[in-house]
Amino acid sequence: MSNNSLKRTWNWIDNRIGFTDYIVPLMVHLVPDNARWWYIFGSATLCAFIVQVVTGIGLAMSYVPGGEDTYESLKYITDVAPLGSLVRGMHYYGASAMVMLAVIHMVQVFMHATYKYPREMNWMSGVVLLFVVLGMAFTGQLLRWDANGVWSVTVAAEMAGRTPYIGPTLAHFMLGGETVGGSTITRFFAMHVFIMPAIIIAGIVLHMLLIMRHGISEMPDVNEPVDPDTYKEAYEERIQKTGVPFWPVAMWRDVLFSTVIVGVIMACSIFLGPPALDPPPNPSSINANPLPDWYFLWYFAVLSLLPPQLETWVILGVPVVGFIVLFFLPLISNKGHRAPSKRPWAGGAVIFISMAFIVLTIYGYKKPWSPDFGVKELPASVVGTDKGPLAEGAKLMHIKGCLYCHDIGGYGGHRGPELTEIGKLLTRDDIIIRINNGGHNMPAFASSMSSVELNLIVDFLLTRGVTPEEDVPKNPTQ
Amino acid sequence: MNNQPPQQSDKPCCQHPRRTFLTRLSIGLSAVIGLVITMPVIGYVLAPIFKKPKEKWRAVGKLEDFKVGGFVLVQYEDPSPVAWAGVTATAGAWLRRVSETEFIAFSINCRHLGCPVRWVDDPKLFMCPCHGGVYYEDGTVAAGPPPEPLQKITVRVRNGQVEVQTIPTPLTLTTLT
Ligand code: FES
Repeated sequence: MSNNSLKRTWNWIDNRIGFTDYIVPLMVHLVPDNARWWYIFGSATLCAFIVQVVTGIGLAMSYVPGGEDTYESLKYITDVAPLGSLVRGMHYYGASAMVMLAVIHMVQVFMHATYKYPREMNWMSGVVLLFVVLGMAFTGQLLRWDANGVWSVTVAAEMAGRTPYIGPTLAHFMLGGETVGGSTITRFFAMHVFIMPAIIIAGIVLHMLLIMRHGISEMPDVNEPVDPDTYKEAYEERIQKTGVPFWPVAMWRDVLFSTVIVGVIMACSIFLGPPALDPPPNPSSINANPLPDWYFLWYFAVLSLLPPQLETWVILGVPVVGFIVLFFLPLISNKGHRAPSKRPWAGGAVIFISMAFIVLTIYGYKKPWSPDFGVKELPASVVGTDKGPLAEGAKLMHIKGCLYCHDIGGYGGHRGPELTEIGKLLTRDDIIIRINNGGHNMPAFASSMSSVELNLIVDFLLTRGVTPEEDVPKNPTQ
Repeated sequence: MNNQPPQQSDKPCCQHPRRTFLTRLSIGLSAVIGLVITMPVIGYVLAPIFKKPKEKWRAVGKLEDFKVGGFVLVQYEDPSPVAWAGVTATAGAWLRRVSETEFIAFSINCRHLGCPVRWVDDPKLFMCPCHGGVYYEDGTVAAGPPPEPLQKITVRVRNGQVEVQTIPTPLTLTTLT
């Protein structure tokens, strides 16, 4: 086709679809010239969402929502389908990227107080979007319908069940029945694939329309606090004088950063691969160690640390209060200073929340929250001998489950205090009392241990941290 | 053709009764369409909440298969399985034959947040892998965050079969028997 006829074809199309009339003005609308690298996160979140839509459609071609077949279809996608593992990986890391970018975007907007007049609803629609994105992350974790998925949905239902009055209704609505099973997965599938994406797409459209309507905000200026009476005209005036066209003067940064993001998502799925599948989703299988994906791990840590009386309040309060506070924030403060230097509380809040998030996440990963079911018996090198009462006491430490929680010389779990030096710290009576009565996070063993067993264990423990000469009790009490 | 918008009047009803009627008609019919489309679906989606949980007994094995001793994990079919559920329509319980005539069973769900508890035979404890909840063999809390004892499940023997009574999740809502 000659250049001329190409042009004619394009003109014909353009005349009918109105690209030049409708789209071009949007692309080249003026944006503040100081809107630089700070502004790349929103578009990158959108880009991550596009990755999710495309890879999600791909996955849906082979994914079977329902019962046993779901697990098989996931195995097929991961192990057999050409490029299946790559697509699943991209969807997984894309989800992480989207959650992360949405939060960073929000923190940036918050720090620069862009939510103030006239952009209150930009922020509010963004908060709704954030919560739906988290909902996507959560339902997505369950669609990985393996043991972990089954138990996560059980935990979620238990949490929902604690809501006053409507708890049971909510939980049964979520499960699609009384128990976790086939109707649960189809329900979550519909939420993850139809309902939430529809809300997200509608939310994005609204979010973008509002951006067009109010213009991209400028970097905060200490000398120009927001005054709703004059803001709009002043902004218009400045933008006419100093604004630059969005395409391509500002947009190239967005495109560049989005390229980096897609590259990182791709690299992660190539080199790290999608998360491994747990054993099949059998709600009666007890060999599971349910752990949420990383973005919810902080919450898991909080739930483990809380005293039981507070638990229900926190389970229900954190999401609800979090949403309300964030959603109504611009209505509480929609004028005044935008510069971070003038808003120390805002900066403090961000720093505090990020620190809490990091600390709790690390805690969630590191802390053994539970007994270590797989511990081995203490080796002779630690016990000091492989026969006699000492060796028997050491063996009982394993049999009676003490080692699930207590570490001795580097062997054992970490849920309870380490006992490597316990012989130096406690007397025989102290140890007996603790074993018999338990306390705090230790069960009482009085009813499940004979006095012979108890004495063997105590004799063994009394040698811990004590040098061999002094240690062996002359006459183990019977 | 007259493209001018019609003149606004104080009482549009009297000025343009036909137009007002058509406006109302369109709004009304749109609402009807909306209701007709959404009501069945909403009802369908909400249906599971209104279903009364049925008391269902499930056989878990022959009487002679169970020896007096510690707890064993028994698996049975979910009380309300869907046809396509496969292995996900399985539920489980910890069952113990206490004596020749007496059985006791617990739900495998921890009373804290529902994780699967494991029976460890020697120390005679149930332990939860999630947040370290521990229960004694009678189901009472030994340590950790669970606020309540393990949920008891009713067991009966019928025609030489041991049967358990299924209970719904979430357990936090089920009142103790
Ligand atoms: S679910 Fe068992 S301790 Fe939390």
